[in-house]
Amino acid sequence: MLELRKDIFADERDDNLKEIGKPTQRQDMLGHVTATSVYFNDHKLQGMLHLKVLRSPHSHARIRRIDLSEAERSPGVRRIIRGADVPRNLNTLLSLINFGKDDEPTLAVDKVRYKGEPIVAVVAESQREAFEALAKIRVDYEPLPTVFDVEEAMKPGAPVINETYPKNTFTYHDIYDHQKIRFGDVERGFAAADHILEQRYQMSPIEHAPTETNGSIAAPDTNGRYVVYTSTQALFFSLDTCAKILDVPSNKLHFIGGTVGGGFGGKVDTVTEPLAILGAMLTGRPVRYMIGREEEMLYCAPRGAERIFIKDGVSRDGRILARQFRCLFDSGAYTRLSSYAVVKCAAHLPGPYTIPNVYAEVYCVFTNRVPATAMRGFGVTAVDFAIECQMDKLADLVGMDPMEFRLVNAYRDGDMKAHRREAKNTALIECVQVAAEKAKWRIRDDFKRMSSLKDVGAPRAVVPAPAPAREAILVSRPAGQQRTVYDRPAPPSPEPIRPPPPPPPAQPAAAPSHGAIRFSSVFGGRRR
Amino acid sequence: MPVTVKTFATPTEAAAALSDRSARYIGGGTLVMRALNEGDVSISTIVRLEDRALTQIRASGARITIGAGVTLSQILRERELSFLHAPARLIGGPAVRTTATVGGNLFAPAPYGDLAVALLALEATVSVMSGYGARDMALEEFLASRDRSPGAFVLSVTCDRPSSPEAFRFRKVARVKPKGVSVLSIAVSLSAVGGRVSGPRIAYGAMAPTAIRAKAAERALEGKTLDEAGVAAAVAAAAEGTSPANDAIASAWYRREVVGVHLRRLLLGQDG
Amino acid sequence: MAKTPVQFRHNGREVAIFVDGGMNLLSALRDEIGDHSPKFGCGQGGCGACTVLIDGEPVLSCITLAETVAGKSIETADGLKTGPELHPLQAAFMDNFAAQCGYCTPGMLMAAKALIDRNPDPSRVEVVDAISGNICRCTGYEPIINAVLAAAARRGERRA
Repeated sequence: MLELRKDIFADERDDNLKEIGKPTQRQDMLGHVTATSVYFNDHKLQGMLHLKVLRSPHSHARIRRIDLSEAERSPGVRRIIRGADVPRNLNTLLSLINFGKDDEPTLAVDKVRYKGEPIVAVVAESQREAFEALAKIRVDYEPLPTVFDVEEAMKPGAPVINETYPKNTFTYHDIYDHQKIRFGDVERGFAAADHILEQRYQMSPIEHAPTETNGSIAAPDTNGRYVVYTSTQALFFSLDTCAKILDVPSNKLHFIGGTVGGGFGGKVDTVTEPLAILGAMLTGRPVRYMIGREEEMLYCAPRGAERIFIKDGVSRDGRILARQFRCLFDSGAYTRLSSYAVVKCAAHLPGPYTIPNVYAEVYCVFTNRVPATAMRGFGVTAVDFAIECQMDKLADLVGMDPMEFRLVNAYRDGDMKAHRREAKNTALIECVQVAAEKAKWRIRDDFKRMSSLKDVGAPRAVVPAPAPAREAILVSRPAGQQRTVYDRPAPPSPEPIRPPPPPPPAQPAAAPSHGAIRFSSVFGGRRR
Repeated sequence: MPVTVKTFATPTEAAAALSDRSARYIGGGTLVMRALNEGDVSISTIVRLEDRALTQIRASGARITIGAGVTLSQILRERELSFLHAPARLIGGPAVRTTATVGGNLFAPAPYGDLAVALLALEATVSVMSGYGARDMALEEFLASRDRSPGAFVLSVTCDRPSSPEAFRFRKVARVKPKGVSVLSIAVSLSAVGGRVSGPRIAYGAMAPTAIRAKAAERALEGKTLDEAGVAAAVAAAAEGTSPANDAIASAWYRREVVGVHLRRLLLGQDG
Repeated sequence: MAKTPVQFRHNGREVAIFVDGGMNLLSALRDEIGDHSPKFGCGQGGCGACTVLIDGEPVLSCITLAETVAGKSIETADGLKTGPELHPLQAAFMDNFAAQCGYCTPGMLMAAKALIDRNPDPSRVEVVDAISGNICRCTGYEPIINAVLAAAARRGERRA
C-alpha cells in the first residue's frame, strides 16, 4: 500500500499532486504482453552475417603472432577483422566529454589485459561457421605476470597493466592519482574521540545478468549511411563512440534503439556496435554481433568490486568526530566508467551525516580483471553499504540504538557538508523516523522530535580550520586483517611523510573534441 | 562442417553412427543442444533414436524398468513411479521436464543429475548400448566409466520398487525455490528390521563429479536405530569419500560442511 | 547442404519451412517463419525466454531440434490474441504490472498458459511451479504470480 506522508515538510509545497501516488501504466506494456515490443534482434535483414570474436584465454599476455590463414579459408567466412582494421583502435568511453585518456582497444593488437579480451572478429554466413573459423585461429601468447588485487596493483613494482596509466591508477586533472576530500583535521578528531573503529569492507563484482544479452545489428542503409539496431542503454553515447572509433562523421550513423531487455547499467559500454558496423562496412552486408550467454556472464562488464577502509572516531555520546576513507575501485583492465564512479563516490562521502572532520582518498585502480562498468547506482551503492555497516558497528560500540545513532549524526538543513556545500532539503531524520515507526522499532521521544530543520547553524554550518600542511600517506592494514581499537590510539607510528604535491597549474582551457561540453562535476572545477 | 541430424529406428544403427567421434547422441536435448548453441564445433552429427521401447515404462511388478527416453514429466504422470516424483519434480521447470529424459540425467555433469542420485540409492542397473552391443551394468559402474565410453548411450534403467514410502527418501538442497541447481542432493534407501536399519544405501549428488554412494555413512548406519543417537555416527561420517567442486552454486567447503546436517534431517524425517 | 523440410501448425496455421541440420526451433520460428515473440536469453534451456507450447506442453525452443516438430501444433505468444482481443493472461499482465523490460514476458505467458489451460483453478504454489523455469530480472515475480492467478480467476468467472 502506498502511503503519502504529506504532513512532513507540508509548508514547503502545494498539495497538488496529480500523478504521484497513483499507478500509471507503462507506455510499452501493451507491446510487452503482445510480444510486439521490438528488441534489437527482432529484425530480419536479408543476407545478414554473424560476427563472433576470439577472446583471450589469458589474463595478461603479449600477443606474439596471430595466424589467420586457416580461419580465412574456413567455409562461410566473409571477413576477418583485426585490430589494424579498426580506424581508431584506442578509445575510452568518456573521452566524449574529455574525461580520461584513450586506453582500450576495440580489438587487442600487441597485448591482452584480461581473460576474455577480444582479439579478432570473424564475420561468417552462419553462427556455426563463425564458431568453426574461430577454432582455426592460432595465436601465440607470451603470458605476463598478473595482478588481481587492487592493493597489489598499487604497490611499486607491480606489473603494469595498461601503459596509458603506468602506476595502475587513473589520473585526475593530469597529476593526481586519486580523488580527495579534506575537511577539518581528522587526526585532531581521532585524538578527541573516545572510541576509534577501523574496518575494511570488500564488495564482489556483480554481474547484471540481463535476460537479453548485449548485441547489435548494423547494415548499410540508403544514401551511404549505416543503420544500427542495438540493445544499448546509451544511444547517443554509442553513436558518438562509434563515430570516433570508425572515424566517420556521426551523421553517417543512424542508431535505432529498441526496448532494452534488461540493462541495469550493463548496456552502456558500446559493447558490440563498433565491430558490427565495421563488419557491415567491410562486407557491404548486414552484420549481427550478439553476445552469447556464457560470454555475457564471464566477459561482459560487471559492476566493479570495491575495497573500502573506514576509520571513525566517535565520542561516547554518539557523535562521530572524524571519519577517514580510503576506497579502492577495481576498474579491471580498462577505465570505461570507473573514473566517474570514483568521482561519484567522493561526492557521496561521508554519507548523509554531518561530521566535522572528513578525510578521503578514492582511487580508480587497474587490475587484470574484466573491466567494470555501471550498475544501479555504481560508485555509491557499495560505499553506502560500507558506511551503513560502519554506522551499525559504531552504534554497538557506544551502546546506542542504531536508528537513534543515525538521528544524532544525520545532516540537517544549513549544515556545511564536507564538500563545502550547504546541505539543503535534507530529510534523513524524517525517513529514519518513519522507517522506525513502520518497522515498529522503538525510538525515544527525544529522537521522535528531531527534525531536519532544527538544531542548525554554527558550529555545524561553518567550514572548519584545515589540518596542518603535511599529508601523511594512509597505510591500510594488510589484506584480511581488521583492527578495532577501543582505547585511545597509541602515538602515531612513524609513517613516512610525503611533501605536499605542488599546487595544480592553472587549468588550461582544453579544447573539447566532438563539440563536447565540460561537466564541472566531472572535472571538479571550483564553482561557487 | 555443418551439422547433420540422423534419426534411426534401432539401437544398433544408432550405436554404429556414434562410432564417429564428432557424433553425439541426443535424448531430450538439454545437454547436446546447449553445447551446440554455445559453439561446440566438436559436434557435427546428432544421432536420434526413435524406438518405442525407449519410452516404455514397465512398473507393474516389484522390479521396475524405465526406458531411457522416458521424460521427467512422464514420470510425474505415472502413479507407479511415485517414489521418483520427489527428484523428478525438482529438476528444471515444467518445460525442461517435458523433454528431459531419464537417460540424459545419467549423463548430466555435477551439480546436475539428481534423478541419477535417486536411482543410485535404489541400486539401479542400466542397459547400455555401444558399438559392442547392449550390456547391463550397475549404475555405479556406469557413472564411474561414462566419460571413457564416448559412443555409449542408455536404453533403460531398472531398479526395485521401494517396499514402502518410508523406505526411500530424497532431498534436494538448492538456494532457489522451488527448483534450483543443487547445492547437494541426497537419496536414502533403507528398510528397518526390528526397528534397526538394514542394508542402507545413501547416494549424493553434487558431492563428486558424478552421483556417488556414501559408503562410510552407510556402514555407520547399518544396524542402528533411526533416532538422534542412532544416526550420529553416520552423520559424522557423512562427508567421507566425497570430493565436491567449487562452482557457481556453492563452494566445496560449504558442501562438506552441510551434507551431514541434511543427511541427519533426512534420516530423522525433519523438514529441510 | 541439404535442408530438411518441416511442416507443422504454427498458432493454428499450417506452415512448412526448410531447416539446416541442427537448427533449433527458436531460430526456425524467428528466422524462417518471422515470429519474433519467443526470445533468445541463454541458448541453454536455463532462462525460459524461448518457451513455446508444443501440443499444449511447455517446451524450451532453444534446445529443441526444429525438425522434431513435424506434424505438431506450436503456440507462441504471437498467437495469444483473438483478433484484436487480448488473451485473459495478457490483460491480467497489464492490469498487474507484470512486466518491466518485457523480455521474459512472452515465455512467461506461454508457461502460464500451459498451466491454466490444464488447471483452471491453480493455487499460488502451482503458479510458482509453472513459472519456475522462467527467469525475470526485473519484476521480482510477485506481479507475474498475481497476474496469472487473476487471469485464472477471471476466466473462471466467465465460465460460471
